[in-house]
Amino acid sequence: MADILRTALYLFISVFVILNYGLLLNGLVRKIVARAHGRVGPPIWQPWLDILKTYAKRSAISHGVMFFLGPIFRLAGGLGTYLFIPAIYGSVMFANLSFSGDLLLVMYFIFFGQLGMALGAGEGGHPNSAIAVGRGLSQMTSFELPFALSVIALAIQYHSLSITEIVAAQQGGILNWTIFTNPLATFAGLFALLGMNMHSPFDIVLAPQEVPIGPPTEMQSSFLGILQTNRAIFLSAKLVLFMNLYLGGATNIFAMMLKTFMLYMLSVVVGVSFPRFRTEQSIRFFLGVPTLLGLAAVIIFML
Amino acid sequence: MTKETKHNPSILENNGLPEFERDYFCDARPEQSRPLAKYIEKFLNWARANSLWLLGFGTGCGAVELRPLMTARYDMYRYGIAPRPTPRQSSVFIIGGYASVKTTKRIIRSYEQMQQPKFVIALGSCPINGGMYWDSYNTINRIDHYIPVDVYIAGCMPRPESIIAGFDLLKKLIKEGQAEGANKYIENLDWYKANQKKIIKDWNMPDYNW
Repeated sequence: MADILRTALYLFISVFVILNYGLLLNGLVRKIVARAHGRVGPPIWQPWLDILKTYAKRSAISHGVMFFLGPIFRLAGGLGTYLFIPAIYGSVMFANLSFSGDLLLVMYFIFFGQLGMALGAGEGGHPNSAIAVGRGLSQMTSFELPFALSVIALAIQYHSLSITEIVAAQQGGILNWTIFTNPLATFAGLFALLGMNMHSPFDIVLAPQEVPIGPPTEMQSSFLGILQTNRAIFLSAKLVLFMNLYLGGATNIFAMMLKTFMLYMLSVVVGVSFPRFRTEQSIRFFLGVPTLLGLAAVIIFML
Repeated sequence: MTKETKHNPSILENNGLPEFERDYFCDARPEQSRPLAKYIEKFLNWARANSLWLLGFGTGCGAVELRPLMTARYDMYRYGIAPRPTPRQSSVFIIGGYASVKTTKRIIRSYEQMQQPKFVIALGSCPINGGMYWDSYNTINRIDHYIPVDVYIAGCMPRPESIIAGFDLLKKLIKEGQAEGANKYIENLDWYKANQKKIIKDWNMPDYNW
């Protein structure tokens, strides 16, 4: 019993830290993008204000059961992704539930939230939601291919699908990181990360000026609040996952923050440099070079 | 509809809709929302005031003055103001200049779809008193006869600086807990609806757009 309570407490702390870290990343990135535009930009604490304001709305409209469940599935997807990844290698508090699930479960959770959200957004009935859900699912399917190939290459390389074991195998020096031992799989994975983070040129789902905000068009008040919470958790969860897979994990929280920040900067730099793809261009892109890189990585390690 | 429901004050009649369409729309009358306990509400009002999401709906020519506000020169993001493409998520509605009868119908629909608390800024002379369209056959003169307005920014058109000043005033009102336009609208719903129906002849929507 005491074990369960302690695990629950650690999970709570871990999720709390990662939520705030995700919001901090969002705030920082808004500031950085604003600077790239030559603006002052919103204060760094703006995401906290936004999330508080959204939860503090006095009224909310629901369009049905699935509409209700959509944001909850999305949050479950984000939490599930995070909770089955060890955030800090060797730390009891930030190991989360990493011993209970492997990489395939995490990949499933990455997909799960988006499918749940697709159903919820569909019930909202707004045409922009439906268009953006179609775009999102097709893009997701296409970037899942290089990501899956990259994961398969890692599984062959490390003879394991457990994230903890993959991180353990990368300890002992910077040259043991996957980015140096298996650069092809890393680049395939990083291309998939660009798609997952949905910054420009892959922001075809939220696509401002096109399908103004995409799936959450009808989501308001606490529905949107849950989505914003999830956005912060899910973002950091993905970054932590990629850090574990390719950059040797982290042994303390500062290394974790530094590495995930650098990983996120990749998306941000690409985002402020390139205009948006159209849906079919984005899909073609992922099925081209990233998939070939992933295939090459798998073939090399199978030989 | 039976006679009882007609006099039931908690149900709207939706007379403008054809009989077979009435089932598709909600006919509940909106209810006023109560503020929370004093200090919690103060704290939440502070958050609301510093995270204003505009409804990105250029209702009139004044919307051209919102563009420089969004871009590098005036940069409204630094004041916590951001455009939002859907009324569901936004909290500030800017009536950007003259409102023709046709636009007023859309203004009402969008305003009612926003979630409480919601604030309205009337931008320029036209929504305040008609401005240069005072005797036009097709524009309304005072927007505050149709939806409640929190802040008026006079001018034709007001410069972005005045709009920023207007936002500052709105923030002050919100922090003081005086920006309760949504409750005022619901309290006087019958008066507003009568005014709206007087000018909008083709009223083919429910009485309250949930």
